[in-house]
Amino acid sequence: MASGIKDKVAILGMGCSHFGERWGSDAEDLMIEAFAECLDDAGIAAKEIDAAWLGVAFDAMNIGPSGIPLSTALRLNNVPVTKVENFCATGTEALRGAVYAVASGAADIALALGVEKLKDTGYGGLPARTRGTRFDMLGIAGSAPGNFAQVATAYGAKHRISREQLKQAMAHVSVKSHDNATRNPKAHLRKAIDVDTVMNAPIVAEPLGLFDCCGVSDGAACAIVTTPDIARGLSKKDLVSIKALSLAVSNGWEIQGSGWDGSYFHTTRIAAKRAYEEAGIEKPREELGLLEVHDCFSITELITMEDLFISEEGNASADVLDGFFDADGRIPCQIDGGLKCFGHPIGASGLRMVYENYLQLQGRAGERQRREVPQYALSHNLGGAPNQNVSGVSIIGLLD
Amino acid sequence: MVGITSIGGYLPRRRLSRQAIFEAHRWFNGSLAPLAKGTKAMANWDEDAVTMGVEAARTCLSQGDTAVVGSVLLASTALPFVDRQNAGLIKEALYLPDEILTLDVTGSQKSATSALISALRQAEQSTGKVLCIASHLSVDRPASESEISNGDGAAALCVGNERPIARFLGAHSVSVDFVDHYRRTGSDHDYRWESRWVREEGCLKIITDVVGETLGRLDIDPEQVRYLLIPSVVPGISPKIAKKLNVQYEDVTAELQHNAGFLGGAHPLAMFVHCLEQAVPGETIVLVGFGQGCDVLVFETTQEVEQCGRAFGDAIRAGQLTENYLRYLVFRERLDIERGMRAELDQKTALSAHYRDRKAILGLVGGRCRESGIVQFPPNRMSIDVDKPRLDTQEEYRLADIPARVVTCTADHLAYTPDPPYYYGMIEFDGGGRMATEFTDVAEGEIDVGAAVKMMFRIKAVDDRRDFVRYFWKAVSTATN
Repeated sequence: MASGIKDKVAILGMGCSHFGERWGSDAEDLMIEAFAECLDDAGIAAKEIDAAWLGVAFDAMNIGPSGIPLSTALRLNNVPVTKVENFCATGTEALRGAVYAVASGAADIALALGVEKLKDTGYGGLPARTRGTRFDMLGIAGSAPGNFAQVATAYGAKHRISREQLKQAMAHVSVKSHDNATRNPKAHLRKAIDVDTVMNAPIVAEPLGLFDCCGVSDGAACAIVTTPDIARGLSKKDLVSIKALSLAVSNGWEIQGSGWDGSYFHTTRIAAKRAYEEAGIEKPREELGLLEVHDCFSITELITMEDLFISEEGNASADVLDGFFDADGRIPCQIDGGLKCFGHPIGASGLRMVYENYLQLQGRAGERQRREVPQYALSHNLGGAPNQNVSGVSIIGLLD
Repeated sequence: MVGITSIGGYLPRRRLSRQAIFEAHRWFNGSLAPLAKGTKAMANWDEDAVTMGVEAARTCLSQGDTAVVGSVLLASTALPFVDRQNAGLIKEALYLPDEILTLDVTGSQKSATSALISALRQAEQSTGKVLCIASHLSVDRPASESEISNGDGAAALCVGNERPIARFLGAHSVSVDFVDHYRRTGSDHDYRWESRWVREEGCLKIITDVVGETLGRLDIDPEQVRYLLIPSVVPGISPKIAKKLNVQYEDVTAELQHNAGFLGGAHPLAMFVHCLEQAVPGETIVLVGFGQGCDVLVFETTQEVEQCGRAFGDAIRAGQLTENYLRYLVFRERLDIERGMRAELDQKTALSAHYRDRKAILGLVGGRCRESGIVQFPPNRMSIDVDKPRLDTQEEYRLADIPARVVTCTADHLAYTPDPPYYYGMIEFDGGGRMATEFTDVAEGEIDVGAAVKMMFRIKAVDDRRDFVRYFWKAVSTATN
């Protein structure tokens, strides 16, 4: 009988680069930037790292395959470096590797680093690329906005929410994130916007407009994890531990079965249930204090509130418009600007989410600091498309 | 007694205004003015002679008896492949058995009638039926008369011995190298000689002689002929020939020419289908093919002709008007526009993988679990019943002819498509089975959650680097199609 990982792993240090159009930096620069901060925060030397997990989603477009680029950039000590990829959930996947290694006793100190250098692609958004031999013959070479726009269409139809009403709620989500990012010096986009701008923006994929879609960014984020005992031995204060780290992967049910109505994320519900069970959370709407979710598109954030069992099904718009998830709301969501504004370097995002949660728990989030330090902070990291995806949920909290 | 047992025709959805074409060329060639009436049927970027042939064949096979198709003949001078059997592609799309003869017939404007004669001769020798398809995608130089007159489309006939709607009385063929026009392999346009010469030395002499000879050999009184079908793009020919032969003339396919255009190598069969839909029992029809000689076939309609319906006639009268001539030039690769970097996606097809998956890709064949009855697409080794996935229990289950409904959808303005926006989403088939699909031929507002759709065979991607075309199926709204 597996005993889980709750409170077996503590975060020793974290680092995060500035996210954005880092024209002057390559992937190596970004890795070093995040790693330097992380190492400093951890208070250890690089050679004390026993194993590393490198997360990159589009390796062919930037650093290339294998774990070698990380080992080379940081001159690690020929330690194991596992290269992981799970679409946009890559960052969480990298963290899982490091955390499970420590929880299992296979490593004392493990590193998770996610990096993405996408601004050498030559155009905005994700690079158009093959998705596999069979997929290319049978599947759709669409865009991320196009894939996620479908969940908006289905959600609106199911809950009988008019296009106008849904766009209003989605607009609130983006306006809120933009406002949050004005307080974040590392964010890619730092300008406030208003609802009218969002409502009148050109349509990217019906019904998603320009401001409903996050861009992509260059950036890196990293974490060093260890056991609570080792952390205390290194005089780490205000220990933040991992309460749960779950992952759920589509098996074809959504796209080939007949039970999914297209209006929610099946895997998020599963990953959330698993995470809550492991963390011992029974009433997420009452017990969670902070959320970083995968707001690749405003609609994703909105629906995720329901898939995390925080909002009632069909009622997320009401909560959103009520300010429930605003920075001064009951449970702030994307208090650092989220994917939308902090940015979305695909492989790093999952770790960036935990970075903000970690800083908030330790009272180190500066201008963004939530006065009421949360007991539990949750991150949700989704890769793929609504009809087939990987959903990762992490829950962290102060250990004592 | 051998004859035509079922018929079908297909026209693409768009109708390009001939006036719009003329306006674009008026500065250079004002003499196109008389031709600027009506519209031409305009294939979408994802249609070609093969895809249109498939659709005509599907219509044709959906009626008529269920005798096994023993061979497929495809006649066209606009085939996408010179060496990769095009009729074979159609056979896969129609999910016909592998034990079959498939034949591309090409090289002339009389390919369709020659193919039909061959089909009839084949059917005389067997108990099965023969599927004879003719299809055309216009290949004309901008500002030419052909461009403004020609249209895109296909027609299909089943030929057999079981209760024909029109029995075959006989045929006669003449072959002479009368080059009214020609097109060399690899060329993208025709070269035509003076139309006065074509009319006087070609049509008026050759067609008249061969029709007259045919009627004589078959001992048919010219006055008995009800319809004389001559596919000629040169105006005014048919009534003159009819008069010389003492045959009555009625322009029974005027609508076809006016709304869809002259369908090149497919025109004889398209005229025939259009005519049969309007014919009554006991009528004699003379069908002509002209191109380096002449084929003449004679048929007599039976009681069964009343079952024909009006599907092709309806398609001729329907269609979506467009005045965007520039889009036409881009689709036909006459204009090379800036498509942006996202269009650089390499569309290489792994032919080995394509062969393994050919039934799913070309036939839209999914799997139905013989134990649970659950349908899935694409077929996988493990069935989709996630509570009890079973290994290797799926039987072939074709989805192409099953109606479906839209579950999710979007119009994507970001991802590359030759005809923006890119419509796609997820559909569910009646009786089960779901797939992520592209939508094509979309008019605004047609595709929304719950909309009824049907599947059509289309070009999925063109690999410009390696000159390959990959096909697949897409969903189309049935609201107006």
